[in-house]
Amino acid sequence: MLNVFKGKPKYMTVRPQGEPQRKEFPDNLWTRCDCCGKMIFTKELEKTGFLCASCGHHFRISAIKRIAMLTEPGDFQAFPPLVAADPIGFPGYAEKIKVAQEQTGLDDAALIGKAKIQGSLCILGVIDFSFIGGSMGSVVGEQLVRGFETALKEELPVVIFSGGGGGARMHEGIFSLMQMAKTAQAVGKHSRAGLLFISVLTHPTMGGVYASFASLGDIILAEPCALVGFAGPRIVEETTRQKLPAGFQTAEYALQHGMIDAIVPRSHMLDYVGRLLAWHR
Amino acid sequence: MQAFEWEKPVLELEARINELKQFVHSEEMDFSAEIKTLERKASRLRKEIYENLTPFQRVTMARHPKRPSTVDYISLLFDEFVEFHGDRSFRDDQAIVGGVALFEGQPVTVIGPQKGRDTKDNIARNFGLPHPEGYRKALRLMKQAEKFGRPIVTLIDVVGAYPGIEAEERGQGLVIAQCIEEMSFLRTPILSIITGEGGSGGALAIGIGDRILMLENAWYSVISPEMCATILWRDSSRAAEAAELLRLTPTDLLKFGIIDDVITEPLGGAHRDHANTGMQIRSFMRRYLATIMKVPLDTLVEERLARFRRIGEFHEKSLAEL
Repeated sequence: MLNVFKGKPKYMTVRPQGEPQRKEFPDNLWTRCDCCGKMIFTKELEKTGFLCASCGHHFRISAIKRIAMLTEPGDFQAFPPLVAADPIGFPGYAEKIKVAQEQTGLDDAALIGKAKIQGSLCILGVIDFSFIGGSMGSVVGEQLVRGFETALKEELPVVIFSGGGGGARMHEGIFSLMQMAKTAQAVGKHSRAGLLFISVLTHPTMGGVYASFASLGDIILAEPCALVGFAGPRIVEETTRQKLPAGFQTAEYALQHGMIDAIVPRSHMLDYVGRLLAWHR
Repeated sequence: MQAFEWEKPVLELEARINELKQFVHSEEMDFSAEIKTLERKASRLRKEIYENLTPFQRVTMARHPKRPSTVDYISLLFDEFVEFHGDRSFRDDQAIVGGVALFEGQPVTVIGPQKGRDTKDNIARNFGLPHPEGYRKALRLMKQAEKFGRPIVTLIDVVGAYPGIEAEERGQGLVIAQCIEEMSFLRTPILSIITGEGGSGGALAIGIGDRILMLENAWYSVISPEMCATILWRDSSRAAEAAELLRLTPTDLLKFGIIDDVITEPLGGAHRDHANTGMQIRSFMRRYLATIMKVPLDTLVEERLARFRRIGEFHEKSLAEL
């Protein structure tokens, strides 16, 4: 018999050039649902706010799309952009940043600014998973802190949508770890002044992001099915050699164990957050 | 005592010197000149090897089974100690030890993760990997210290917070965030000493000090070298290479402004001489506690927050690039 399966196929990596492209939503006509496997007409998906019509699965969305869902055009003013340095000289990091910038059109993983949500002024921040897994390095940390500081000065509430895969940005070593302290302290100052922080956990919020500012909201919300936790499920499985319970580290699991206030479907998010902001005005 | 491959030349030489000394003793022959030469050679070799350790060699030193653990340090550094247990909510996590101790007449609250000494102890202490209740106990004791105006000393030696099912269910991430946040605003002086392993969030949760010191053969990083190697190359056995990349040694961290001082260990590492290691740490504690205890509390908290506020490297994007 011909050994057609011998050896690994060789692939070439092609990097997109020129115009920024969004990786997770290519111009494909159809998109397969990660959850139920159904094929969905991509145009339809955009209309529903990236929800699967048959199972309700919440697709990951970019920071720009998220902001567009929460604010009217012109109601979001981003802070001046910052770009990552390479504080520990980690091999390949500078290149990784450049590629991520080209792919996403973002400067780094966080988009933060002053916003108006259903008439309430606030600081709105969104962490974009597609930029190096939404990990928190010096730029994300600094942007978040500036957000809380501006909010403190202008007595505004803060709303942050977190969605960082691994949490910390390994390529910045100890500087990444210290962003946990820096952001937690910024929340602390804002909180001690009696101001509101709504933390919304979107898929996935893990590690250093979860174990710092994202867990310190006065109100902690999550999108359905979002993975929420400290250690990644694979690490938990490998360390404990136990079978993970069904739904482990999902938003539903976190709700059941008393870690979050409520699960809010994307379709209700604007009204939900808008109402909370209005009640705290 | 467990020896490392790279220190074997020193240990073999030391053994030979000892043999020779024994021989002189029993045979009443004079080898003093030879012994002297060998001892000079040994001392040169020790310096050469131990003063030029690679980052990963330091990581392995930090993990040496005979290295003093938190309970060892507590007895080395303090004159008296009373241990307090429990988080008042779920259970007592023996992976974190805490209580009140006397440091040269001054009551302080001391807290630190504790690895096990043998199999039984390791099971009781979950191999030194704390659960959320451990961090809740730590936080409870820190607030108690604030209430009674006692300085806090945290001794940090932890691979990381336990990545377990129950730990997740009881809010491991949440409690780390709370520890970091509350510790940052405590109105009492805090001295943190990284004595061995400074493993990511599990270390940072008790590491928000007014001064942060580090032993010479300790490491502090966002991720362990093994995990970093797994992520980069899907191969945890390349940890030594990862350790180089992570810049996790006290020398690097001092340069980055993350820590304030490096506590030198006896040549060959803390495990070779507990008593002298203790003496050395004591003198640093004396100096740094005295300094931070003099600072008015408002200033102390302000400076603590400012210290972390500064950390981070980035570029402001210039207008031309916009």
